Amino acid sequence: MRYLPHTAADRAAMLETIGAADIEALFCDVPAAARLGAALPLPDHQGEMAVERAIAALAARNRHSGMLPSFLGAGAYRHHVPATVDHLIQRSEFLTSYTPYQPEIAQGTLQYLFEFQTQVALLTGMEVANASMYDGSTACAEAVEMARRLTGRNRVVLSGNLHPHYRAVVETLLRLHDTVVEALPPAPAGGEALAPALDQGTACVVVQYPDVFGHVCDFTALAAAAQACGALLIVAVTEVVALGALRAPGAMGADIVVGEGQGLGVGLNYGGPYLGLFATRTKFLRQMPGRIAGETVDAEGRRGYVLTLSTREQHIRREKATSNICTNSGLCCLAFTIHLALLGEGGFCGLAALNHARAVHLAERLAGIAGVTPLTARFFNEFAVALDRPAGPVVEALAARGILGGVPGSRLWPGLEGLDKVLLLCATETNTEDEIDALGVALEEILA
Amino acid sequence: MMNRHGRPSDAGPASAAAETATLLGHRGLDHEEPLLFELGHDGRVGVDLPPCPAVQGRLGDLARRGPIGLPSLSEPQVVRHYVRLSRKNYSIDAGLYPLGSCTMKHNPRLNEKLARLPGFADLHPLAPPSTTAGAVELMGQLAHWLLTLTGMAAIALSPKAGAHGELCGLMTIRAAHAAKGEGASRRRVLVPESAHGTNPATAAYCGFTVESIPATADGRVDRAVLEARLGPDVAAIMLTNPNTCGLFEREIIELARAVHAAGGYFYCDGANFNAIMGRVRPGDLGIDAMHINLHKTFSTPHGGGGPGAGPVVLSAALAPFAPLPLVVARGDGHALIETAEGEAAASFGRITAFHGQMGMFVRALAYMMSHGRDGLAQASGDAVLNANYILAALDDVMTAPFAGPCMHEALFDDHFLDGTGVTTLDFAKAMIDEGYHPMTMYFPLVVHGAMLIEPTESESKESLDNFIAVLRHLAAAAKAGEAERFKAAPRLAPRRRLDETLAARKPVLRWTPPTLSKAAE
Repeated sequence: MRYLPHTAADRAAMLETIGAADIEALFCDVPAAARLGAALPLPDHQGEMAVERAIAALAARNRHSGMLPSFLGAGAYRHHVPATVDHLIQRSEFLTSYTPYQPEIAQGTLQYLFEFQTQVALLTGMEVANASMYDGSTACAEAVEMARRLTGRNRVVLSGNLHPHYRAVVETLLRLHDTVVEALPPAPAGGEALAPALDQGTACVVVQYPDVFGHVCDFTALAAAAQACGALLIVAVTEVVALGALRAPGAMGADIVVGEGQGLGVGLNYGGPYLGLFATRTKFLRQMPGRIAGETVDAEGRRGYVLTLSTREQHIRREKATSNICTNSGLCCLAFTIHLALLGEGGFCGLAALNHARAVHLAERLAGIAGVTPLTARFFNEFAVALDRPAGPVVEALAARGILGGVPGSRLWPGLEGLDKVLLLCATETNTEDEIDALGVALEEILA
Repeated sequence: MMNRHGRPSDAGPASAAAETATLLGHRGLDHEEPLLFELGHDGRVGVDLPPCPAVQGRLGDLARRGPIGLPSLSEPQVVRHYVRLSRKNYSIDAGLYPLGSCTMKHNPRLNEKLARLPGFADLHPLAPPSTTAGAVELMGQLAHWLLTLTGMAAIALSPKAGAHGELCGLMTIRAAHAAKGEGASRRRVLVPESAHGTNPATAAYCGFTVESIPATADGRVDRAVLEARLGPDVAAIMLTNPNTCGLFEREIIELARAVHAAGGYFYCDGANFNAIMGRVRPGDLGIDAMHINLHKTFSTPHGGGGPGAGPVVLSAALAPFAPLPLVVARGDGHALIETAEGEAAASFGRITAFHGQMGMFVRALAYMMSHGRDGLAQASGDAVLNANYILAALDDVMTAPFAGPCMHEALFDDHFLDGTGVTTLDFAKAMIDEGYHPMTMYFPLVVHGAMLIEPTESESKESLDNFIAVLRHLAAAAKAGEAERFKAAPRLAPRRRLDETLAARKPVLRWTPPTLSKAAE
């Protein structure tokens, strides 16, 4: 077996050193009743060719976004990733290293985490950021837990236009505690009034920016209202590229900004692995979950980096930790930070402008189609429309014509009345004008 | 004083710095590398975007007004920056990585290639179901392998990492108790003191009261104490098996019976499943829920601290409460269930957006198919063989707190350093100068100055012999009174010891432009 170095002679020599008759003897502490008698009903080992053939056959059964024009967003976004990114993250020293517990031989990882934290703080307009969480949805739930710790309050208000998966993750976690969750109904046409839902018992209010229907809203007044009653404003960003075109949440008064960083460097991956972004104000630092890299000096006075403030974390504090999180999303951080380094200020803002332009063209192309009613007036690169019929079958009809034509409301809000006719559409720099027109033509035919 | 390689063997920091001083701070192949933010200059770019058409913008008054402050670099500068950073890292590809409990085994590159097939890597999680049949089938095949290897009834694939799997498992257990009307009364979770920190942290995060169970003199959980603590208010026990001392819990079947008799469930931390895969099925031990770290047992790369993947296998009693989404067998293939209906009606909810770590599922399945049932059993056997070889070969110079045989990791304490002035930390740092990543230090907490060594099945006998020779050499040096050399270590790494106290006392967690940091002073 190609991954196992020992020869029979090696094993025999080692067993002699140990003083054991065979490997089985080393398992003597396992109760006899628990040891497998018969071989498991699984195949024996296979060579590279056979494994590659079998798994490639499964991949070939999917019709992915590179094959077909894709207008899918709703929490995961397709962007072009420069070839440099994947080359660099596959370097052995990055790919096959562990969490940087021995900083003297992990400065590569620690320095890029420090740079990543700086990038996230700059994009979100916040003061500090951690070295990443699992994904945007779990980062959002962690932010709510952090707000509960900071305020000592148990009432949580969720925008109805928060991605329903994010909402479900928060609600599932909060069911473990004596918490009151007030989740507003989805407002596909926007105009949600959240300030009246806040009171003196509210720990936090969670909004999405741009929201799940694509609306971009100014949260400055909501931030003030939250502050007035001692609640925190949590802003969730599912499309990080939007921050190249939009005002930063920090500039609007957000207390915690969480995000999904998948759009830069990471790719779609059918939902994972992704990259949770987490940023806040310095005064809340000690309640921030997750790993943090910090600057220090070595014994010769040279600048270096370490994991720091670990007295918040589970391996030190055990049941008193801020979170149970251990793993971060290290390699995805690296992909994100390399992609952003390549883009730079001009490239990142240029990419955002290009996304916006494509989405505006898509909206204009669809605006005149009978049976399509635009719902989102102000948006970045995705928006919602209402169809004159359920969107699910329309999306499957589009797929049959070779177009991945958006996410139907029924996929995200199953069974919720009124949402089944909503279609979420997204355009990025990867969509051509021809593709946009092809979607328009196909929708005209299907809705005719 | 120079050793036989011409390196200073006992020089303090100042003289070492003087001897290696260079104009730019580079040391041969080890280049000093500024931060990205110190390298960038306006006007450079690392990507060429197509021209942006003029449009009637739809951002309203929310368009960004000022610059972000990101540095601008060309592609060759970016490549050089990260290549230079990479060379400051230790990696399993470059050397033995004996971190106990972390399982740094070989990462096959075939798995990387397959995870990057566009059919998986470029597939949107909300794509129409008619376009994603292959992805669901891959998840179904992964589930089949994991269920067959563990002998369990059902699996939740979506947990993002080991600790997330623990959370998933305990939430499933809470839901099962609630369904029996015992949700409010069963509030305690029993956790051995040797457990990973994530276990008590998860139980507390889940709203349970955590109670620590002591270990016996032979490194196992104290069954008498545990049984005495069981009662109608206990929701579950969380046990790692093999445990963090590298030992199999001999009485695990009796422990499971006792927990079940008291109406509780048995959660197993599956971090060490790599020691028994293909040889022992957790389902045969009476376990109700166990997470599997795909990044440990099934070799998906650790990537400098993630991403991980932590699917949870469940007993028949817990299966109905598993989180959404679920992959279930349907006819000849598999289906993805995203709503709480039918067989998922009792699901406790959702713990992450979308379906889990698909990229890791592809790698783990490729690893399992490559090994097959024979290779997986041989891999766990070789992992245990290698750990016992180290234990036996170091027995006379280091001190092991518990009698062998061990499972996949060899545990030592610091008694062999008594009176030398050398600590476990010093010993570990001296290993760096000898070309090795240190073992896990000061864990598990039940052993003084613990050194937990996990060689994994990936190491050849020659590699192990070299490693053993180095540890014997260092143990002898410590006993020969060379404490100063250990205190000064590492001397040959990209950095000397770093001041962690300073980092925590005066946190600097991001780069700040020089003008701003001056203004703040």
